Amino acid sequence: MRAMALRLALALIALLPGAAPAQEAVASFGAGATRMVLRSTTDIAIIAPVIERFVERNPDLSVSYEQWGSNDLFDDSRAACDGRRAPADAVFSSAAHQMVWLVNAACAQSHVSAATGALPPTRRWRDELWGITEEPAAIVYNTAAFAGQDVPHDRFALLDLMRADPDLLRGRIATYDIAASGLGYLFAHADSLEATTFGAMLEAFARVGAVATCCSAEIIEGVAEGRFLIAYNVLGSYVANRQSQAVGIILPEDYTLVLSRSYMIPRGAAHPEAARRLLDFLLSDEAQRILERIGLLLPRDGAETGLLPSAPRAIALAPPLLVALDGHARRRLFGLWEDAFRPAQLP
Amino acid sequence: MAERAAPRPHSMAGRVLSAVLLILLLGGVLVSVSTWMNGRQAARQAYDRILLGAASDIAESIRIQNGEPFVDLPVSAFELLSQAPDDRVHYAVRGPGGRFVTGLDATPIAPPDPRPAHFDGALQGEPARFVQVTRRFAEREFSGDVTVVVGQTLRARRAMALGLMLDALVPMALAGVALVVMAWLAIRSAVRPLGALAEDLSRRDPRDLTPMATGGLPRELALVQLAMNRFMQRLDRQMSATRTLISDSAHQLRTPVAAIRAQAETILEEPDPQARDRALGRLLGRTRSLGALLDQLLSRALVIHRTDSAPRVAFDLRETALDLVERRDHDLIAPGAEVRLDLGEAPVIVHADAFSVGEAARNLMVNALKHGLPPVVIGVSRQGDSAVLWVQDTGPGPDPAMAERLGQRFERSATSGEDGSGLGLSIVHAVAAAFGGRVEMTREAEGFRAALVLPSDPMEDRE
Repeated sequence: MRAMALRLALALIALLPGAAPAQEAVASFGAGATRMVLRSTTDIAIIAPVIERFVERNPDLSVSYEQWGSNDLFDDSRAACDGRRAPADAVFSSAAHQMVWLVNAACAQSHVSAATGALPPTRRWRDELWGITEEPAAIVYNTAAFAGQDVPHDRFALLDLMRADPDLLRGRIATYDIAASGLGYLFAHADSLEATTFGAMLEAFARVGAVATCCSAEIIEGVAEGRFLIAYNVLGSYVANRQSQAVGIILPEDYTLVLSRSYMIPRGAAHPEAARRLLDFLLSDEAQRILERIGLLLPRDGAETGLLPSAPRAIALAPPLLVALDGHARRRLFGLWEDAFRPAQLP
Repeated sequence: MAERAAPRPHSMAGRVLSAVLLILLLGGVLVSVSTWMNGRQAARQAYDRILLGAASDIAESIRIQNGEPFVDLPVSAFELLSQAPDDRVHYAVRGPGGRFVTGLDATPIAPPDPRPAHFDGALQGEPARFVQVTRRFAEREFSGDVTVVVGQTLRARRAMALGLMLDALVPMALAGVALVVMAWLAIRSAVRPLGALAEDLSRRDPRDLTPMATGGLPRELALVQLAMNRFMQRLDRQMSATRTLISDSAHQLRTPVAAIRAQAETILEEPDPQARDRALGRLLGRTRSLGALLDQLLSRALVIHRTDSAPRVAFDLRETALDLVERRDHDLIAPGAEVRLDLGEAPVIVHADAFSVGEAARNLMVNALKHGLPPVVIGVSRQGDSAVLWVQDTGPGPDPAMAERLGQRFERSATSGEDGSGLGLSIVHAVAAAFGGRVEMTREAEGFRAALVLPSDPMEDRE
């Protein structure tokens, strides 16, 4: 059944360039005369407080918020860049490598303000791409299943756990399907660069029959319900947002990837000025406080997260991310991935 | 210092300063252009190397897998390219025949022929720089060239070139400002003595012709001051000469004119025609002698004036003597007296005013004719480095006590009578003094000799 799901997802990906990509959900904020279109990969429910506050403060604007899958959004943005489609006024995606690709292809326009200037270099590129959030890739576990037990605090512990008790975890470890989710692919790519543990992880995943599926919300749902005991490389923000006792969150102590959802103003945007105002707002102290509250921003205070100083590894918005989109690099990663997940899926 | 009243006097300091500024400005422009070129060159080389490094990195990562080139794209290559943090990048790997293997997009970007490693191009309309690296494969399952093209826009290069230029220019601009300030101070301190000089002159009493105090002046200005002091000396001499002339004239003319008036009055009242005729004869003699006196007074004034103002030229003393004899003045003064010339073969050149020397010679001759005994010999000779013009008569000359005082104004010898004014020798003395010579009076075997000795000029070009 899982094999079916994966194949279906792959088939869908293959079909997508031909099909007209469509947004998953649409929401409208505010009633201002100028209506800007924001295409985003972030769930409407999560981001809503920030956008609501924005239109409150800018009564002349209203925001048409379109929620997209990251790969669809990438295709849409590329088409818009080539002039085949009307561009959005702003694009806000978690798939940083796709955003870097778009900026590198000169699809964006620049903006400089005090707020953008204050961003660290890893969260800004060419003054055309800005990282708004800071979200860790976390290990999520079912608290009930691990009651009274040590939970793995880093990848080595997780590997040991998978080796020590493969039957307990068989079919009950989940991670992003890298084919279906741009974000999942990005995490896998970053993992493959970060440490040699990646190979071992894939191997262990293969042994215990890990499940690759989509998407953050569904995976966390599965963990909460106990269908999965552990989920690897899930966006911590989604867990924090759930506020559920059933789900525990671990920021791996060996290293924690930190993703920044990035914001871009397409070159042909109809309302670039509105997009700039939204950007400056998103980077303002007020919006950053809201983002921190809803879990899209790591708390400034490191003690609260329990991370060692060296552990957070920001995925920098920079040309090296282009490697993630290279045809051969994809082929190689998908090859490793499929090798890992195929045998487990055989009965 | 001749100060002309120009319509708009310019400031010397201002001129020098503007020249300095102009030089600095020109130098600055030259240096800016050259540092910009240098900066661009340096940035181009530095980033070209990075491009080449990235391309080589990618070329190294190519493997042959199942008969096809496979690129295990190294992140390090892109991290290298990120040395230019804000530049967009391009990469493409192509197999034999330009077949696209992998890359950012399939847009063909190739170097123009003939193929240099680095070439210029554009990325989405923005100027960019590219490098092409070729890797040759000769495997069982694949052989041929695989080319890697890596490119990058030029933001970092421009920023680096600009940075290098500014790094070089900012200290130079500061140095330039410092130079201008220092130049201004130097010029001001150089000009200051000029101001002091001017103030000294303007505060001076108009009748004060004493030399200005030297010392504390730079050499160039000391020269000016020396010239001014000389000028004032000359002025002083001329003024005193004028004063002397006026007082001499007053002193010398009052008595004879009074005498003439008295005689004329006597004649008017003389009833006896014979006595009146005698008196008239005496009156005529007096007026003649008055004429001679006037003549000499004016001649002396003229000589003294000329010795200061007339340009000095080189001339032959023999010509002076010749002119004197040829004018035949002696026929008037002492008719029948024999005057001979004694001139050498070689020219005797002196540097002086020919007229003044001629007057001196004439006065010597007149004295010899009046007070000595003919025949009179006028001679020119050279003695060592002196040129001598002498007049000799066969008389005994004045007695030694008299000779001591001779040459001072209005000293007359006993034999002068009323005819002599005592100015003749004083003219000779003045001329001798003016041209650095002297007057010598000697008793020779043949008679009394009075000589004007001047420094001779054996080399024509000597001053």
